[in-house]
Amino acid sequence: MPRPGFVLDVDRSTPPTLFWRGEGFSLERLPADRSRIIYPPEPLAGLDNLDGHIRDALLNPLDMDPLPELLKPDMKLTICFDDASLSLPKMQQPDNRQRIVEAVLDMAAEAGVDDVHIIAALGLHRRMHEYELRHVLGDRIVDAFLPKGFLYQHDAEDPDNITEIGHTDEGEVLEINKRAAESDLVVYANINQVAMDGGWKSLTTGLASYRCLSEHHNPASLQNTRSLMDRHHSALHKSIWRMGELLRDSGPTVFQVETTINTEAFPSPFEFLAKREWEWTARDRGLFLASSKSLNKLPNRTKRKLFHKIEAPYRTTSVQAGFTATVHERTLENVYQQHLVEVDGQTDILTMGIPFISPYNPESIMNPILVMCMGLGYLFNMYRGKPLVKEGGVVIMTHPTYEEFHPVHHPSYIDFFDEVLADTNDPAVMSTKWEKKYAEDEWYRHLYRTSYAYHGVHPFYAWYWGAHGQQHAGKVIIVGGYAATVRKLGFTPASTMNDALEIASDTVGRSPTISHLHVPGVLVADVK
Amino acid sequence: MSTVMADTIPASLAGKRIAITGSTGFVGTALVERLLRCVPDCDLVLLVRDGRRTPATRRTQREILKNDAFDRLRATHGDNFDRAVASRIQTVAGDVTRDGLGLNEADRALWGTADTIIHSAAAVSFDSPMDSAVEINLLGPTRLADLANEIRVTPHLVAVSTCYVAGNRRGSAPEILVSAGPFDVGIDWRSEVTATRRLRSDTDALSRTPDQLKIFRKGARAEIGAAGAPALAAKTEDLRQKWVKSELIKAGRARAASVGWPDAYAFTKALGEQALTDVKGDVPVSIVRPSIIESALAEPKPGWIRGFRMAEPVIISFAKGLLKEFPGVPEGTVDVIPVDIVVAAIIAVAAAGPDDAPAITQVASGSVNPLKYRQMVDNVTDWFTRNPLYDQKGQPIVVPEWRFPGRGRVQKQLMQARTALGTADRVLQALPLRGKQAELSAQLEEKRIEVETALEYVELYGLYTECEAIYQVDNLMAIWDGLGEQDRAGFNIDPRSVDWDHYVNNIHLPSIIKHARVKTTPGPSRSTDRMGRMRKQVLDPKRHVAAFDLENTLISSNVVESFSWLATRRLDTPERIRYVARTIVEAPGLLRLDRQDRTDFLRHFYRRYEHAPMEQIETDAQEMLTQLILTKSFPAGLRRVREHRALGHRTILITGALDFAVAGLRPMFDEIVAAQMTVRPDGTLSGEMHSVPPTGEARAQILTDYCEAEGLDISNSVAYADSSSDLPLFEAVGFPVAVNPETRLATIARKRGWLVEHWSKSAGAPKPLLPIGELMTERERRRKFA
Repeated sequence: MPRPGFVLDVDRSTPPTLFWRGEGFSLERLPADRSRIIYPPEPLAGLDNLDGHIRDALLNPLDMDPLPELLKPDMKLTICFDDASLSLPKMQQPDNRQRIVEAVLDMAAEAGVDDVHIIAALGLHRRMHEYELRHVLGDRIVDAFLPKGFLYQHDAEDPDNITEIGHTDEGEVLEINKRAAESDLVVYANINQVAMDGGWKSLTTGLASYRCLSEHHNPASLQNTRSLMDRHHSALHKSIWRMGELLRDSGPTVFQVETTINTEAFPSPFEFLAKREWEWTARDRGLFLASSKSLNKLPNRTKRKLFHKIEAPYRTTSVQAGFTATVHERTLENVYQQHLVEVDGQTDILTMGIPFISPYNPESIMNPILVMCMGLGYLFNMYRGKPLVKEGGVVIMTHPTYEEFHPVHHPSYIDFFDEVLADTNDPAVMSTKWEKKYAEDEWYRHLYRTSYAYHGVHPFYAWYWGAHGQQHAGKVIIVGGYAATVRKLGFTPASTMNDALEIASDTVGRSPTISHLHVPGVLVADVK
Repeated sequence: MSTVMADTIPASLAGKRIAITGSTGFVGTALVERLLRCVPDCDLVLLVRDGRRTPATRRTQREILKNDAFDRLRATHGDNFDRAVASRIQTVAGDVTRDGLGLNEADRALWGTADTIIHSAAAVSFDSPMDSAVEINLLGPTRLADLANEIRVTPHLVAVSTCYVAGNRRGSAPEILVSAGPFDVGIDWRSEVTATRRLRSDTDALSRTPDQLKIFRKGARAEIGAAGAPALAAKTEDLRQKWVKSELIKAGRARAASVGWPDAYAFTKALGEQALTDVKGDVPVSIVRPSIIESALAEPKPGWIRGFRMAEPVIISFAKGLLKEFPGVPEGTVDVIPVDIVVAAIIAVAAAGPDDAPAITQVASGSVNPLKYRQMVDNVTDWFTRNPLYDQKGQPIVVPEWRFPGRGRVQKQLMQARTALGTADRVLQALPLRGKQAELSAQLEEKRIEVETALEYVELYGLYTECEAIYQVDNLMAIWDGLGEQDRAGFNIDPRSVDWDHYVNNIHLPSIIKHARVKTTPGPSRSTDRMGRMRKQVLDPKRHVAAFDLENTLISSNVVESFSWLATRRLDTPERIRYVARTIVEAPGLLRLDRQDRTDFLRHFYRRYEHAPMEQIETDAQEMLTQLILTKSFPAGLRRVREHRALGHRTILITGALDFAVAGLRPMFDEIVAAQMTVRPDGTLSGEMHSVPPTGEARAQILTDYCEAEGLDISNSVAYADSSSDLPLFEAVGFPVAVNPETRLATIARKRGWLVEHWSKSAGAPKPLLPIGELMTERERRRKFA
């Protein structure tokens, strides 16, 4: 029986705690008697016979007819799946999406469906490399569909392949991939790693256009998204759900298949990362020492290679299929079961280690903008109720924040960093002054469509993701970051945790209370 | 003489028409200003040469009247300045090196009406080539006299000469013709003219011998590299002309030294006086001989100076720490005279008129108020210790202690420095450096040029500082004695009135520091500001076209890498190893060919594409954009292309790479000019080029043609490239930008003040060991290429 999440009050006997620092980690000692460390629940047990469970879900869907009954020989069937931004790190093969798509294809074959397209629901993310497609879908599907052009990736900038579905009550436009819109049935295969994902968001963002996404991917709605992990208090999700209802009424039939996974993210020899430090064995300690010391000696490029090679031994904890809204409610219950930790009240300071990966840099570089996005966007939003840190409090992150960018994946990020951040770091200002220029830039468009680049507007979205955190925190400090880069992000650089706490004392006084979000392991703090 | 001076100077010159030569020069400008301001009732005829682009009248406006000497007059006249001046000045286009001064009929008639002619045109540079020194200094005055005789007029000709006509001698130098003195070597000026003209044509002939031409060609290649035939030809011809000039300078110096003058200037001036005396006929002549003319004591304002003159470069080099020592005799005299005293003396001589003016008037300080060499050096040292110049980093430069060494020792030191710097420079030039390192070498080159300049100063001016002749000023003092109170106040010609300590410290040094544009404030250099300003110019919406080179300008890759990538894309591991091994073996030969001629290299190299199926290449090239081009791109460069586009400039990529290899960059450019290969009917590449690959001078032509066809202005265009082989392209446009320049280009860009950009690959970009296609799994390979 896995143990639930745990809030440890730090006292003098507490061993130093683990902080990610990009492609490395460190142990930091937090002040006794006023710090607490929030540990995620231990990984839940996974389902045995997953394929059986998937089949079962397809045959017994929620609020919909069983899948075989929806399949007709002369129909247009489109299968969509989450792109490489899920899961993090990537899961060991076979991937859940492969299992789902194979199961759906089997049923479609039985039903004699000929017209099947498989589309990677990229949204404005970069296209997946072929080896990524193979990892996610398996060779069998790729070999059968890719050469014939029936497996491809959504292109949000192809005007001929985008269809407007209509406008929501609030006037938001919904337009999605034309093939999906014109299909008799759209099956969506998802992995629901965190509460933010899934539901109507899968399809209305994954197959949408820039015009459609900018309805909710904007500073105003993200500042009112409290939090990203709590869809009922998220302006972003509310907008998406309005679009979902529109899709339900005016769009193609959608058969949503969602899976939830546990938090077994790190295989041997990195299991110690998820353990509670006082329970580290001599072997864990040795591994920590050996790996952190040797990592320090390696160039960033090599470290990244090592870490991005990691394949997580995730276990799937639930599968549900059927009508999107109903499915997703069930999914959320399952996700929260794995993630929720009850926490009592807010503190003055929130500390977090920023890992090597975020949804926007699979096989790539955690550039400075993604550091901001990961810290103030994702980790800050890991709450329900109230943020872990008081309004006007201090957020301290640890990350080397080097000025490195992937020229193929993040071309517009480079320019965003040099040009936009040199001008402003206010999301509202940049959205009115700069966003359009990047979003409509022909070159970025070309790279997004033909190469492997994130859409030109993507760095803005990454930045908006942190808008709520940016607005809420009185000060943000990055420990161990490259000073000039940190300042350009609008944050304060500090060389050690003690320095950071010293700097924070200007804002929160001499003996502030501290919460540390223990990553890895994913958790959502249910702050009472 | 005092009787003549019963009238004041302005009264004597009232109603007179005064013709002036050399009015764009230092003395000439001061003279025009002084006459306009202090002699209200005369009018002036200025002989000015037509400029290459600006006619004489415009030159008068621009080069004379715009000078700050006229500030005082401008203040008095206010808005009426132009009108007031126009009513008193007439400009005639002409040249003292041409017979009859090259005047047209009307101007000739006007010139003939002059009552007085003041001849101050001269080749004052001490290192003029012998032939031009002869034409201007020797024959110039005779042409003035000849013209007057020809049109039968007898104006009073006041010829400005120099004290140094006395030659290298010690002791007193009186105000007499050289031929009248005891040291005359009896040189016939006419045979000197003939000899010089012959020397000129002989040297020119020598410069055209095959051996010499070979040397020039080699020099041109070393300086600008493989910039293409026309650029090399232009450079070679330029080097030839420079060589002829420097030979004539050497010849002039040697000839002057052989007959006892410090340099060609003094020598030709001395012969000029003699020649004028011989040919003047009925024209009355007065000669005024100033010594070293320096900034003004009081008129038009203290410290006024025009041009960078004799002592200034020396003083600035010293203050910069470049010249550690300077030859000279501590007890020697530096015969310096402020320009306003010279000008006043010339006017006084003109006012005295042909009958009363002395035949020769020396304007010098040595005999009546000497400035000792030690006194000057001490003053200069003290002054720069109090007001140091600053180096690039903003640190004050400490002036060296002056030890009065002999000329030989200084020369030796400088020569050693030059050799060392020259060697270092050659070594750096030979290394394949780029960007910042290449700039280092450019800096070194600059230093070397500075040392060379210093060496020239020492050679040239050393003699003057060592000169121990004392120029007598009896005639000048006699004029001074004859002046009334009013003239004495308005026309100070008394060298005794100069307080040297005050003059050097408070007038001369502050003035030349201002003119030299040296760094006089601490803090880092402002060159970044300058680059910022230039960047703004380049990105001005008014620009028309922005042309880009590809390799090392936008991406750090080359045609060999593209080929390797495409060639290995579909190979399995053993085939790849064989490919890499083969390429390594061939590399040195390819490099050699590339250095010799880019076009030949490309033709030769592109043969390798023969038999490649076009369709397959096109598909693979698309993937190459991601794997090779973008990975190796300079993000700042790509951004710049798009900035130009956003500003409405046409963007054009001109590259020797093959068109399909750069197709992925298409959306950034309005036009891509790349090498094209013919395709055989069976769909394979032929390995042969459609047309000449756009390299070297072809690029300039392409851009010119493009601009013409599109009705755009090439001089309003920007070009980005990385190599000296793009020189023709750089020269064709108005705004050249050197990107990550290699050594040669860095040097050129620095010299010409071009914008230099340092663009680098994105930190964190993947770094494949070899530029070969990504290794695929067997399954992927079979799937893709089945």
